[in-house]
Formats: sequence, structure tokens, C-alpha cells
Amino acid sequence: MSAALLIEQLLNGLQLGVMLFLIAAGLTLIFGVMGLINLAHGSLYMIGAFACAAVAAATGSFWIGLAASLAAAAAAGALMEVVIVRRLYERDHLDQVLATFALILILSEGTRWIFGSFPLYLDIPPLLQGAVPLPGGGQYQLYRLAIIGVGIVVAIGLYLLISRTRLGMRIRAGETDREMIAALGVDIRTLYTVVFALGAALAGLAGAMVGALQSVQVGMGEPALILAFVVIVIGGIGSIKGALVGAVLVGIVDTMGRFLLPKLLALALPASQANMVGAALASMLIYIVMAMILAFKPRGLFAGHG
Amino acid sequence: MRGILAASLLGLSLTVSGLAQAEPVKIGVITTLSGGGAGLGVDMRDAFTLAMKQSGNTDVELIVEDDAQKPELAVQIAEKMIQSDKVDLMTGIIWSNLAMAVVPNTVAQDVIYLSPNAGPSALAGANCNKNYFNVAYQNDNFHEAMGQYANKDYKKTFILAPNYPAGKDSLTGFKRYYKGELAGELYTQVGQTDYAAEIAQIRASGADSVFFFLPGGMGIAFMKQYAQSGVGIPVLGPSFSFSQDVLPAIGDAALGVKNSASWSHDLDNEANKKFVEAFQAEYKRLPSIYAAQSWDTANLILSAMSKASVKDKDAFRAALKAADFQSVRGEFTFNTNNHPIQNIYVREVVKEGDVLTNKIIGTAFEKHGDAYAEQCKM
Repeated sequence: MSAALLIEQLLNGLQLGVMLFLIAAGLTLIFGVMGLINLAHGSLYMIGAFACAAVAAATGSFWIGLAASLAAAAAAGALMEVVIVRRLYERDHLDQVLATFALILILSEGTRWIFGSFPLYLDIPPLLQGAVPLPGGGQYQLYRLAIIGVGIVVAIGLYLLISRTRLGMRIRAGETDREMIAALGVDIRTLYTVVFALGAALAGLAGAMVGALQSVQVGMGEPALILAFVVIVIGGIGSIKGALVGAVLVGIVDTMGRFLLPKLLALALPASQANMVGAALASMLIYIVMAMILAFKPRGLFAGHG
Repeated sequence: MRGILAASLLGLSLTVSGLAQAEPVKIGVITTLSGGGAGLGVDMRDAFTLAMKQSGNTDVELIVEDDAQKPELAVQIAEKMIQSDKVDLMTGIIWSNLAMAVVPNTVAQDVIYLSPNAGPSALAGANCNKNYFNVAYQNDNFHEAMGQYANKDYKKTFILAPNYPAGKDSLTGFKRYYKGELAGELYTQVGQTDYAAEIAQIRASGADSVFFFLPGGMGIAFMKQYAQSGVGIPVLGPSFSFSQDVLPAIGDAALGVKNSASWSHDLDNEANKKFVEAFQAEYKRLPSIYAAQSWDTANLILSAMSKASVKDKDAFRAALKAADFQSVRGEFTFNTNNHPIQNIYVREVVKEGDVLTNKIIGTAFEKHGDAYAEQCKM
């Protein structure tokens, strides 16, 4: 095993983590501000991917598709908030989970109606094709580096938005004391819609970027949603910083587990068996890590308010 | 998503029905119509209903239900079909893990099950059953063909498949015929969408070729990422990752890839020409291998119905086993374990106009059975 391979795998882990962060950031933001568990967040990710694939196919430009994915996911998010989700804030978590689970089914089947059952095509833009050399002789795919870059920009942007702007101040106030901020005359309804649309747009962005790497198909959101929940539980529900740390941790642990566990087991077992057991263990690894973290920090690494 | 399709309504001719004194046959179709694997199930269902419709047979009632690719749901539907719908035959399951959950219990209740796709090794050997007919293949078959084909050009192949019954059968099948050295062997997660970690290992392994079995969306993700990574070593695989349902989503990255299958839309025989034409006319798309196998399953059932009553189980099973139908795969017979003996071809992904599709370039095996038939005591 060379250093170049190790660096490449670390970057792969970081890239997966950054992707998860984009999904988890919206999820944790919505939970932190509105106290809502939104299971349909994965569907917004799917909407982003479908919007990007459809628009890119029609116009021939990935970049217009990317813009469309942001717009479509934000619009879908805002619509969802105004029509349905708004009625759920006052209800308990079970009602929220039921209602947003119903939304998953509706959005999945709706997407199937429009686009059919077969996966769509979306490729990475020509500008980002190719690879860059790594120290130690390896190479790394430019597109995946770009994803890491986008993730870092979004993380900094969210930090600035929340700590430096008026909107961010209101978001923080909303997290701390919902009734008080409403009593002070802030239009809380609009604030909620904006936060929801922002979270949705981030999920849509993630969907569009991942759509170029994998298959754009109905049901692509749910596996991502499960990982995003693991991320926010590890990071502390409601904390953006927690989501970032949790996402990178999950991304790196998952990638390195898949890479190293079969190799470690091969020292003790025959190769074929080591691969099978290693793969099975690797798929459990992030949940084991989550359980260990919760054993010591029951509210996650950076527990927010609430 | 549940629909009761009475095929009897489709055949308008009341005049024909007076001829045969056939019992109506109730067929339960459990397949994947929602979620990520729906493309496969939709092709299966469409070909099956089209074959029934084209036959003009008014004595068939189809009950189609969606398993959402969930074993527990498939088991519930199967129980319902057997207990309350009282179906005579069952078919439709795409995935091996669902077949493992449903088939043993179904055939134990003396209901005949015909597999249009999955062929797990566990049901082909010692646990074979007189009520279980596999019209598609034994899971190992296509992979064995690729192992055989790889011997020609490659000495150091890297192999990978998902960690579930069909994935294990796949790599076992490949290794049974492959004589070269393995550059690496990996099991991935079922439903995995990111293969960066695996591709990095392929790059570092010094392999001269890659064999992978990743059906549905997994294969699309792998092929795109593999092409983007620029590793550039030749790729081999069974037809599942290069079948008509996924090729448009992979795009040009699939061009030139060699893959193995028992069928291709350009296979030259009368039944196949008729099938491809009818399917395209009805659904405006090229059929996939899932559609072809399902079309054969429907025609096998129809051929048995014309010979025996479904209520006389022994006679009906014998009529099925005779396989007296025009297969779109050409010559088709059943082995002692009710699994096919058929040719396995090597195909190459090509572009016809601007449609990506497969073309047969050779034959890997002629009249190929499976490795488990000997263990079957029926």
C-alpha cells in the first residue's frame, strides 16, 4: 500500500463527507430552527438531481442544470413548507415523521410519473473532467476535488451567514427562543420558509453534484438521508458545526473502513473470506462509531440548544 | 401500486373461447415496480402482459403486485396470493434475496413458481424442487461465461460484486472458469453509490482487466465513476450492468465493453424478431434481457396450458419441463434441476444511430447447464 493510495482514499473520504455535509446542513438547520424532523429531505436531494439531469439534457449545459437544481429544490422546499410542513411545527415528532414520510412516497411516485422508471443520464461537465497529480505519484479526479471545494465554500458561507448577517441573527434567535422572537415582531413565518428553502437548495445542490457521479433515479434520496441522520446525530442535532465534523468523520470512517478492514482481516483469514467479512463489517462501521460516540456524548459532539 | 390486470378483458374475441375446454389459470406476478430497481420490474411486467395479450388466450388472469425490492413485503404478497387469491402459478421476482425469501415457502405449498430472472445457487442444488422452474439462468452462468472469455486476453483480473447471494454466486462463477491470477477481490455494499475507494484500489492493484457484477443503479454509478477516473483498464461484466434499461444512463462510457448474456436483441431467430418488434411497437423502447426472459416465461406457461390442465399438477409440471415453446434465446431445454441449458453469448456495447445497445460478437458456451445440477435429487 503506497502513500499515494492512502492520500487518495483520504480525499475520497473527505469528498464523501463534504457531500453528506451539504445534505446534513439543511436537515440540522431545519431541526434546529423549527424543531422539525424532515424525512422528505432526501426527496429534495432527488429533485435537485432530476432537475439538473433534465435541464442539462435539454440545454446541453451542466451549469444551467446546476442552477436549475438549486432553483427547483428551493422552490419545492418553499412550496412544501407553505402547503404542508407549516402545519406540523406545533405537533409532536411522530406526526411530523408520518407526514414527511408520506411526502417521500408522494414525491417519489410523482417523479416516476414525470420521468419514468428508468434512470436518467447526467455527466460531469467538460471543464471538470480529468485528473490532477497528487504528491507521491498518484492522481485525483478534478471533479471530486471541485466537490470538496464547493463543500468548503458552503461551510464558510453558512458560518458567515449565521454569525454575521441579520438573517443569521434571526436564525440563531429562532433556535434559542421561538416564542420570544415572534413576540419581538420578527416575521417568523417568512423566516421559516426561507430557512426551509435554504436547506432544500443545499440538498438539491448535493443531488445535482452527486447525480453526475452516480445514477439519477427514483429512491436515490433515502440512502443519503439515512447517512445524513447518522451525521447529525453524531454531530449533535441542530448544530451546523456538528454537521460538518460529523459528516467528515462519517465520510472518512466509511471510506477507510471499506478500504482497510478487508486488508486487516486478510492477516488472519483466507483472502476470500476476509473480503466477505471485511465488507460486512465495513458496512456496519459508521453505526458502531455512532453508538460509541453516543455512549460517551449522548447528545452528540456539539449538542446545540433545544 | 396494486393493480389487478384481468388479461381476459384484453382478448376481445368471445368466439375463440368456445374451442378449448381449458380451466382459467390464475398467475401471481410479484415484481419490483417502485424504488431504484423499478426499471427491471417494469420491463419484466410489460413483456409478460404483452405476451399474454398477443397470445389472445382468454383463460389467464394476472394479479400483479409491487414488492418495492423488499424481501419482507414480497413474502407478505406471496402469502396473500397463495392464501386468499388462490393463484395456480407464481412468477416475477427479479432479485435473488427476494427469491430466497419467497420461493422455498411457495413451492412447499405446492404452488408452481417460475423464475424470470433470479437463480440463486441455493435453489439449484440439493434444495431444488419439482415446483420450481428457472426460465432465466442459474446465477453463476453469465459470470462463468465471462471467466471463460477472460482467459483469452487477460492474466490478472480484479473482481468485485455486492455482498449478497447473487454477488457471491457471481464471483464463484467467474473463478470457476478463470485460469489467470486475481489482482484483487472485493465485496461492496448492496445499494452502494460511491465507488471511489474501490476504484482507487483497482488503480493501485496493477490489474490488466476488471470484472464486475453490479446490477441496476449500482452498475451505472460504478461505470460512470470508473470512466471518469481515467483508470482505463478494460472492463468485463455480465449483461446486467449493460442491459437496455441502464445503458442510456451510463452513456458513452459503456461503449466497447464486453458482456455476457443468453440473449441479445440482435439474436437471429424468428421468435426473437417477433418479440423485439412487438415490444418496440407497444412500448417505444428496446427490450432488455429482463423483458426477454419474462416473454419466454409467459410463452412457456402458455405452451404448458395448451397441453395440460393446471389443476393436474403432475401433468402440468411435465408439460412445463418439456419446454415446448419458441424461445427468443433459440434452443432452450431444462436440465434435471429445472434450470436452463442454453447458449451464453459474448456481446459488445455499440451505438446504433444514437441509441446505445448490444451486439453479439461470439459464443462463450454452447448448451451450457450449471454446476449444481448433480446435487439435485428430484
